[in-house]
Amino acid sequence: MSLIAEKKSFGAVLWDYLTTVDHKKIAILYLIAGGIFFIIGGIEAMLIRIQLAVPDNDFVAAGLYNQILTMHGTTMIFLAAMPLLFAFMNAVVPLQIGARDVAFPFLNSLGFWMFFFGGIFLNLSWFMGGAPDAGWTSYASLSIASPGHGIDFYALGLQISGGGTLIAGINFLVTIINMRAPGMTYMRMPLFTWSTFVASALVLFAFPPLTVGLFLMIFDRMFSGNFFNHLLGGNTIIWEHLFWIFGHPEVYILALPAFGIFSEIIPTFARKRLFGYSAMVFATVLIGFLGFMVWAHHMFTTGMGATANAIFAVATMAIAVPTGVKIFNWLLTMWGGNVKFTTPMLYALGFIPSFVAGGVTGVMQASAPLDYQLHDTYFIVAHFHYVIIGGVVFGLLAGLHFYWPLMFNTMLNETLGKITFWLFFIGFHATFFIQHFLGLLGMPRRVFTYGADQGWDLFNLISSYGAIFMAVAVVVLVANIIMTIAKNQPVGRDPWEDGRTLEWAIPQPVPFYNFKQTPLVRGLDTYWIEKQEGNKEGMTYAEPVMDIHMPNNSIIPFIMAFGLFVGAFGALFNGEKAWAVPVLILGLLITFISMGARSLKDDLGYHIHKEDLLNDKGGKH
Amino acid sequence: MANNADTHVKNRTEYEYSRRRSADEMRGQVTTFAIMIFLTLIAFSAVYAGFSAYYVAPIILLLAVVQVVLQLYYFMHMSQKGHETASMFLYTGVLIAFITVLTFLTIIWW
Amino acid sequence: MDLNSKYTPQSWPEHPEQATLEGKNKFVGFWLFLGGETVLFASLFATYLALKNKGPSGMEFTTQGLFELPLVFIMTMLLLTSSLTSVYAMYHMRNYNFKAMQAWLMITVLLGAAFLGFEIYEFNHYVHLGFTYDQSAFSTAFFTLVGTHGLHVLIGLGWIILLMIRNAKRGLNLYNAPKYYVASLYWHFIDVVWVFIFTVVYLMGALE
Ligand code: HEM
Ligand SMILES: [Cu+2]
Repeated sequence: MSLIAEKKSFGAVLWDYLTTVDHKKIAILYLIAGGIFFIIGGIEAMLIRIQLAVPDNDFVAAGLYNQILTMHGTTMIFLAAMPLLFAFMNAVVPLQIGARDVAFPFLNSLGFWMFFFGGIFLNLSWFMGGAPDAGWTSYASLSIASPGHGIDFYALGLQISGGGTLIAGINFLVTIINMRAPGMTYMRMPLFTWSTFVASALVLFAFPPLTVGLFLMIFDRMFSGNFFNHLLGGNTIIWEHLFWIFGHPEVYILALPAFGIFSEIIPTFARKRLFGYSAMVFATVLIGFLGFMVWAHHMFTTGMGATANAIFAVATMAIAVPTGVKIFNWLLTMWGGNVKFTTPMLYALGFIPSFVAGGVTGVMQASAPLDYQLHDTYFIVAHFHYVIIGGVVFGLLAGLHFYWPLMFNTMLNETLGKITFWLFFIGFHATFFIQHFLGLLGMPRRVFTYGADQGWDLFNLISSYGAIFMAVAVVVLVANIIMTIAKNQPVGRDPWEDGRTLEWAIPQPVPFYNFKQTPLVRGLDTYWIEKQEGNKEGMTYAEPVMDIHMPNNSIIPFIMAFGLFVGAFGALFNGEKAWAVPVLILGLLITFISMGARSLKDDLGYHIHKEDLLNDKGGKH
Repeated sequence: MANNADTHVKNRTEYEYSRRRSADEMRGQVTTFAIMIFLTLIAFSAVYAGFSAYYVAPIILLLAVVQVVLQLYYFMHMSQKGHETASMFLYTGVLIAFITVLTFLTIIWW
Repeated sequence: MDLNSKYTPQSWPEHPEQATLEGKNKFVGFWLFLGGETVLFASLFATYLALKNKGPSGMEFTTQGLFELPLVFIMTMLLLTSSLTSVYAMYHMRNYNFKAMQAWLMITVLLGAAFLGFEIYEFNHYVHLGFTYDQSAFSTAFFTLVGTHGLHVLIGLGWIILLMIRNAKRGLNLYNAPKYYVASLYWHFIDVVWVFIFTVVYLMGALE
């Protein structure tokens, strides 16, 4: 087997990606799929803002508006933000900790395909009688009453993609626990790895309640269960609790990795080591932990009683403390640094005030009495967009520019990148800052229109203009990406010149086996240390060149996920179509038989021989 | 990926020692099993005896917890070393499980 | 890893399940999964507790009237014993005694299947009484919680049987030892959940 890259036909490339178990390629798959869903969610957002630009608008009807709104939120959270973060985790974390591979390459691929098919299933609802329309929170009181199949698509689609997420989470956890290079102790792990670790732990514990919640929903809607049917003793509050026991950790599943990306970018371009590393680690873990204790702040107005409200209010406010620690550490990292204003760094600088604003409104909402005023108004919409866009999306865009050369060995154009940043930054604040005031003026969230006499016209119009800026920013970004791919100008190792961590020390393009020799990690910011000591190789090695063991590619993950996709149609039409149950069984059979096939044969992988490694200059597989 | 398992061949004494140790351990497991059966018997008979629920409920819950701890620490070997990560994650799960059940018993309102 | 390298009881490692990196990964990954399963079952228990005895007004079914404790006792004994037999299987795995391991797993499977048989009988019995899945919130929650456990038993059975068949000719090696070990962990975990089911659902349900 030759290690030198050859030109392959399109079919061969496609097959390669369908069967790949290489974390770097799976990262690219996540990036593409997440990127497409991000664009879809973005288009839905634009439709929302067009509808709300002027009062009494009839651009979309009320029912359709609800569907667009629901799909916007669901798509952005589950199908765009999380997968895009997984793209960077896959691309970066194994390299950052000096691992040749992830712990479960096969499962990694399965996780991706489950997410992918779940997302496709959810979006097929548009063409099969209408999308879900009960909000991304899908409260049972609404969703049980929703006619048609929209909610069924929601429940089944999220169930499948949620399974994929859980698998991905376990894979990252075990990779970080077991596969660190010699010398890479926990307290030498870069912060992106740390935040991946904590976020994956949140996935592990937060997704099961969602799984259960979704199953209850599925049983009630498709298999005549009564969990939420109050006539037969059911209780819709159960859904709210289960959803938010998942939902609040979910916001940290998104936010923490974004924090991690910024914790890499800021020291790199401030050219100074991260201030307060151990405090940062501690704060990350603490945020993860507290993230589980606060979910009921979304339910202050359901009538849980004063005691419960008080407990959850105080717990929520407590999260602001470790978050504040992080903010100050980032600021102090920049303090006195020699700051280089690259595109990723601009996002980092934009992120800090934006996220602080979102955090401050969060603490305001955490005060239960005030939340009675703010709840379900545009103030909430402003809050969570400040944290999600100002925090997570800025982090994703920063990461995209920052890690692009690591993933593709080319560099996105900096000028266009900065144009994107400014358009996006201005557009974001124009869209959402004003929504705080709309909320305070009493505009409820999730309404498809409003009257001209309510005094909300101007602010809504401004908000819609802001959205246009963000849309243009995304267009510029896409143009930038296309140009960069077309030009295909290799940049080589450490293109930012100030890389500090191990991933930048690997030759480009990254060989498919990652490290020819396992590195020996001698401290925090390994690569920086080696550079300081004038080590041209960029790494100290822990072992001589030896045979490398690699896993085999496999199409089985794709087939397993496909089986679930097929089965979901059966469940969806249960009791309505004669073919429903057979299709459900068929789908499950596809999944389980392919799983059985996988376990029946011994899959031992293969070895790259030492001689081949020594001849090879290190090229892509 | 390191795949070379350690291929230490035990000499006679080592082998016999390790055999004896695992046989001892197995005897311990049988004792554990006996205790578990015993705890189950107490739990069922406490319910049959018809004492007040206020006494019985906490007692059988406690018995369940003890039994589960035995299962985890002996049958599932959590008492052996190398289970630090495992127990950390398991306990985190247990904590979240506890909070979940607690809320559903208190603030579900009916 | 070389499947052909033959082991003797002397060269077989102390902890075969963790002797390779793949084994270690499986081991840690599976424990983490069990941490997640704990939360999953907690959510189901919580839902059940919130809905138990809740139904249409004047519902005749209550936990006190419905459950058959003797049956539950037998089921408990079966599952507990199967937990011990799978410990025996792992004991023989560590001693590199493949035949004995398979035999004990066979017993485990039989006990598990008997448990499942009783459970099906029990469910069937309730359904005949009119306590069907869609009868009330209580019935839905009950069948979902206990049924999810039953499904775990079924999956566990399928898993162990598959392992026994696939390795019948291969014998024990460091590739499949972690698979056996992890399957036995799963089996124990099923028992852990059952302990809470018989205590919280059945015994506490029977209390006045
Ligand atoms: C210091 C940090 C934070 C605090 C104190 C906080 C507090 C809150 C509170 C109390 C609510 C409920 C408001 C209501 O519905 O009446 C809320 C809603 C929300 N928050 Fe946060 N939050 C924080 C950070 C975050 C982060 C980091 C994210 C996401 C990355 C986020 C995303 C959301 C979302 C999506 C909602 C709205 C959910 C909905 O009802 O649809 N929050 N936040
Ligand atoms: Cu929250």
